[in-house]
Amino acid sequence: MTDVLERPLHLEEPDHHEHHGPSGLLKWLTTTDHKVIGLSYTVTSVILLVIGGAFAEIIRAQLASPNGTLVSLAQYNELFTMHGSVMIYLFAGPFAFGGLANIIVPIQVGAPDMAFPRLNALSYWLYLTGSITMLLGFFTAGGAANFGWVAYAPLSNSINTPGAGADLWIGGLLLTGFSAIFTGVNLVATIFYLRAPGMTMFRMPIFTWNMLVTAILILLAFPVLTAGLIMLYADRHFGTHIFSVAGGGVPVLWQHIFWFWGHPEVYILALPFFGMATEIFAVFSRKPVFGYKGMIFATITIAALSLGVWAHHMFTTGVVLLPFFSIMSLLIAVPTGIKIFNWIGTMWRGQVWFSTAMLMAIGFLVTFLVGGLTGVYLASPPLDFFTHDTYFVVAHFHSVVMALVLAGMGGLYYWGPKVTGYMLNERIGKIQFWFLFVGTQVFTMPLYLVGLRGMPRRMAIYPHDPQWKFLNDVSSLGAVLIGISTILFVVNLVVSWKKYPAGDNPWDAQTLEWFTTSPPPHHNFYRLPPIRSERPTWDYNHPEHHAVPHGQHVEPVLTTGESK
Amino acid sequence: MRRAAALPLAALALSGCTVPTFGASAGDTTSSRSVYHLWQGFSIGAAIIGTLVLVLLAWAILRYRRKGDAIPTQYQYHIPLELTYTIVPILIVFGLFAATMVVENKEVANPPTKVTIDVNAFQWGWKFSYPGTNAVVVGQTTQTPVMVMPVNTDVHINLTSTDVIHGFYVKAFNFSRYALPGIDNQFTFRAVNTGTFFGQCTQLCGLYHSLMFFKVKVVSASAYQTWLAGFTNSAAAQAAAAAQAGQSATYVPTKVTNSSGVK
Repeated sequence: MTDVLERPLHLEEPDHHEHHGPSGLLKWLTTTDHKVIGLSYTVTSVILLVIGGAFAEIIRAQLASPNGTLVSLAQYNELFTMHGSVMIYLFAGPFAFGGLANIIVPIQVGAPDMAFPRLNALSYWLYLTGSITMLLGFFTAGGAANFGWVAYAPLSNSINTPGAGADLWIGGLLLTGFSAIFTGVNLVATIFYLRAPGMTMFRMPIFTWNMLVTAILILLAFPVLTAGLIMLYADRHFGTHIFSVAGGGVPVLWQHIFWFWGHPEVYILALPFFGMATEIFAVFSRKPVFGYKGMIFATITIAALSLGVWAHHMFTTGVVLLPFFSIMSLLIAVPTGIKIFNWIGTMWRGQVWFSTAMLMAIGFLVTFLVGGLTGVYLASPPLDFFTHDTYFVVAHFHSVVMALVLAGMGGLYYWGPKVTGYMLNERIGKIQFWFLFVGTQVFTMPLYLVGLRGMPRRMAIYPHDPQWKFLNDVSSLGAVLIGISTILFVVNLVVSWKKYPAGDNPWDAQTLEWFTTSPPPHHNFYRLPPIRSERPTWDYNHPEHHAVPHGQHVEPVLTTGESK
Repeated sequence: MRRAAALPLAALALSGCTVPTFGASAGDTTSSRSVYHLWQGFSIGAAIIGTLVLVLLAWAILRYRRKGDAIPTQYQYHIPLELTYTIVPILIVFGLFAATMVVENKEVANPPTKVTIDVNAFQWGWKFSYPGTNAVVVGQTTQTPVMVMPVNTDVHINLTSTDVIHGFYVKAFNFSRYALPGIDNQFTFRAVNTGTFFGQCTQLCGLYHSLMFFKVKVVSASAYQTWLAGFTNSAAAQAAAAAQAGQSATYVPTKVTNSSGVK
């Protein structure tokens, strides 16, 4: 409290900077402030994470026995469909580009708000209504959508899946899809047109860069999904036969459309979290991002390649050009590897501070390494024929998405103090990290093995091979640990509520958002520092510790020891 | 020509005896063995790169943990190092791609065969018919129909679906392929061991997806001929087979979804 009052910056501000808008519920309903909208997004998406996580816990409980009877076959299909849908459509993306990016990107580029504040508000309300619409399927007579989160035609047509739950799924996804497109437009416009003087493209923080590339990917990919969903709906209700053989249609076309969105979507989900981890690695090593420009080119390369790899999800259809999609998919390992080495390079010869955020980022790196390496296998068609639709694939993408959850938790611990003005409890945070990190490995590792032993995904029961039970039980134990980590996070929110004032820059961080107050004022800044690098706040606070310029290597990085 | 392409694989295969399985198994067809060796090759690469990254990370964590408030030298670029970890992975990727292509070309080749089996998947079962003979095997869910095929013979599979997409997956063959409505998917197996191998649908196909089982029974050539001969009196034999399938059935679900409108 005193911290805030003593700040000299407040003495300088003119009165008209004070914002006198509504407060409370009315403020939340009518706001166009990107920070409030971003916080709404964050809270909504974390609630959906908990809902999706609860579905996962029920799935793991069902699989604890080969003839599990906790849920019926029909309910099981609904559960894994909605688990995947909630996590991918309603949590991971909106949390990143609707939540943290919405809050942080305008501040990182020194802008007062998003370029289109009302469009931003519309995005959130579309997202909220879309999410509720999708979940309402559980309250219909036929239950929620049950054709898997990929909704493969013709299983998803009106004959095989007649219920209203499927239509609500399509409608909900259309609404959240539009919210993503509008947020993408907003991010691109904000980053291109609202940067503060001095903030050139190559002075933007990596998180902002990643969000720019993510937003462009959203604009390229999501309209295709929207079109596909409209076709699916038309097939279901208007008698078109786009995906039905009987009417001369092609079922595999749905897979092409879906994955043309679906693979860029993987990076739409991942790139923001890569950005969060990058910021955390730099700040908590007290160094600049190693290979800053290489990092940006790697991000752009990943995005470009991601548009040409969709059919690696379809190798086993037997109707795609295997070698092209194989080499494109394999090549994604290269820019991803560059990122991993750059993260380690950022820590190298730094002063690594193991805050909760940093632990989460390191946990992200290790988990993502596992998910990335197993992804390389799946880019090879013969190995994909072998593992496709088994738990090996499930384990692979859960390593990836759990890595994203770790990075996202890191992002909450890192930026939470900026958004709320208060720190989270570090001790509880570290306990939460260990439950989440260990739980993730205990959860995924047995799934790789059980997949290689032939257990297919989306099986409610596995009566013919009870030997899979042991590995499933270990995995379920991991899921319990992850569940405990989520409870610890909620406990931390309660325990830390308005308890530890953060100050403007608790981490001695580097980018522009740490130059303003915590929380930032209505239009974010009372004043700005000179922006002469991608670390304006660091330059301002440590003018003598500028980055060793490109090409000047006083001493080789990897050979001699540090002379302190 | 196929032999020449298989040479690097043979080298891998020789070492395959001593390298770990990495969780996979060699399987019971010629292709499944190539796939297994490719798996081992990828796994060795993954193990080396994974270990390298973890060692570097562990070193960074242990060696550079914060020791005070001193600000470290602000290194940001090292172009030769960055180029190294760009170019070396590209070379590794092309190596992996080359190995992939060798195995893939062999696996997706469709040499002329004497034995053909039409496999038709439907909600929720399998129909195996043998063109040119009277042999037909049909079974739903845990009736677990059996596809009989001869050992050491190229067997051509023609895979179709009646309704939705199914997945034809035999773990022992290290192989799966979608059964798609409207598309004939063709591939060839050459089993090297006799035995009975479990298979099941891997692509979500509706309510009883978890129970869409089948088996592949690989028998000697003479046993195969004998088995085929059992179907000479087609109508009677099919009735008998159907009756037998009915007797062995332990679980016959009611079809709740009408799939007749699809095809």
